[in-house]
Amino acid sequence: MSFVMPNFLPAVPEMFVLGMASVILLLDPFLSERARNVTYLLAQATLVVALLLTLALTGEGTVVTFSGTFVTDPLANLLKVSVYIATFAVFLYGKAYLQARNIYKGEFFVLALFAVLGMMVLISAHSLLTLYLGLELMSLALYAMVGFQRDNGVASEAAMKYFVLGAMASAMLLYGMSMVYGVTGSLDLSEIRTAISASSEYGVVLSFGLLFLLIGVAFKLGAVPFHMWIPDVYHGAPTAVVVFVSSAPKLAAFAMLMRLLVDGLGGLAEEWSSVLALLAVLSMALGNVVAIAQTNLKRLLAYSGISHIGFLLMGVVAANGSGYSSALFYSLTYLLMTLGGFGLILIMSRSGFEADQINDYRGLHSRNPWLALMVLMLFFSMAGVPPFLGFWAKLAVIQAVVQVDMVWLAIVAVVFSVIGAFYYLRVVKVAYFDAPEVDTPIAPPADQHWLLSANGLAVLALGLFPSWLMALCAAAIPG
Amino acid sequence: MIGLSHYLVVGAILFAVSMAGVFLNRKNMIILLMCIELMLLAVNINFIAFSHFLGDSAGQVFVFFILTVAAAESAIGLALLVALFRNRATINVADLDTLKG
Repeated sequence: MSFVMPNFLPAVPEMFVLGMASVILLLDPFLSERARNVTYLLAQATLVVALLLTLALTGEGTVVTFSGTFVTDPLANLLKVSVYIATFAVFLYGKAYLQARNIYKGEFFVLALFAVLGMMVLISAHSLLTLYLGLELMSLALYAMVGFQRDNGVASEAAMKYFVLGAMASAMLLYGMSMVYGVTGSLDLSEIRTAISASSEYGVVLSFGLLFLLIGVAFKLGAVPFHMWIPDVYHGAPTAVVVFVSSAPKLAAFAMLMRLLVDGLGGLAEEWSSVLALLAVLSMALGNVVAIAQTNLKRLLAYSGISHIGFLLMGVVAANGSGYSSALFYSLTYLLMTLGGFGLILIMSRSGFEADQINDYRGLHSRNPWLALMVLMLFFSMAGVPPFLGFWAKLAVIQAVVQVDMVWLAIVAVVFSVIGAFYYLRVVKVAYFDAPEVDTPIAPPADQHWLLSANGLAVLALGLFPSWLMALCAAAIPG
Repeated sequence: MIGLSHYLVVGAILFAVSMAGVFLNRKNMIILLMCIELMLLAVNINFIAFSHFLGDSAGQVFVFFILTVAAAESAIGLALLVALFRNRATINVADLDTLKG
């Protein structure tokens, strides 16, 4: 058997991020506390260069390399670019928060970069092996990030819960993978697809395997009933970590869903789409109803995130090209909104003040009208009020299920988005109409202020002209 | 004659035992970590059995990767456990109840 040199070109961004993360890991211990900005700038530069490398590779089309374990296609490129942008925003949003709490350390940036590498591998996975390795690299870095404020008991507890549940979910995913491997005799996703379509009888082992895979994916996405970790992690972890955990890894989890279920087990679409429909209904119901009772804004956003995952799954339930692209559109919209939501908490927080209670936002309008306007835009978008981006995202997934004659699911979605509007509007009402407890104006650092403004205005601008982003998503999904 | 299904049954029993361990154990966090390791080992038995009976070596390669990742995973788990013990002076599972609602 001769060894063929693989085509390294499609994996150049991964190799670059790996190299830079290692360099930063080695360099950081030699920097003094005052020179920590070097770590920050290097991490940001890594993301920018990786973005340029990925953009330079977009013309290649679909390439499978490394003996069929690694793929770059338009979907991978779009998701990777979004992951870089999200992580860039996370670093920028989180900087002042980390400095104020004396956890502005190299670990944060190195772990985040390794998590980004894991997401990139996961997004480009074309075999069960690379999928698992990417997932674990991402998850292990995230567990460590949640617990990295070592003197914080609540964060340690959140990290431990996240770790135990996450490791269990990974084990279930693996158990499912072992069954799929046993039935199809291959780890390669396209070979699995051919093996399944070749025989009409797949038997009970494959169904069991599919079920375990679905549990693993649902856990990583945070769909009900595998959502238990989300509120605790969002509540307990430092907000600068939460903004990361809630944003980019969800995109990676969506990529995992697409790779496993569509690329690999597309032949079983009838079976998994009914399970996903159930998960979608449960997520929308529980997320929107429980969020009403929350007084902690981080917990509220956690339950709102769960409900958004429910909407996202609706697009996948449709199990056709337009359904997948609407789910992709929803996930990018969710990314923008969750970055803005947690970015707002980060901007409002100071040393010794977390700004994570809804009451902390009382009278925001009289203290800083521009920030209040951003709250309005972001939360209206989450509620799905036109003309903001969230409305088009919800419309797209609802259209996708109506097209496949699942009107009942569309009705459920509309009902729960109306229920959900209540708690989003309550935050806006608190910010605009309640009397402030203190009158001191809020003066956030300029770079974060610009970022939040850009974030809020992007939700509005993309909402006014949604066709550009929709076309991008449609082009990323073949067929 | 021991066939594929015997191995799969052993794997399934191990997986079920470790899963039950995770849910039933309310006392000790370290036992929880052991249960998670056992889950991965049950998966390994599945992979090796399938790999042997299919005559395909990819499954055994996968097992090496799982073993490596499992080692990294327990390193992270134990590190989090140490951090938790320093903050709380307990590793009792039932005491992890400050976050809820």
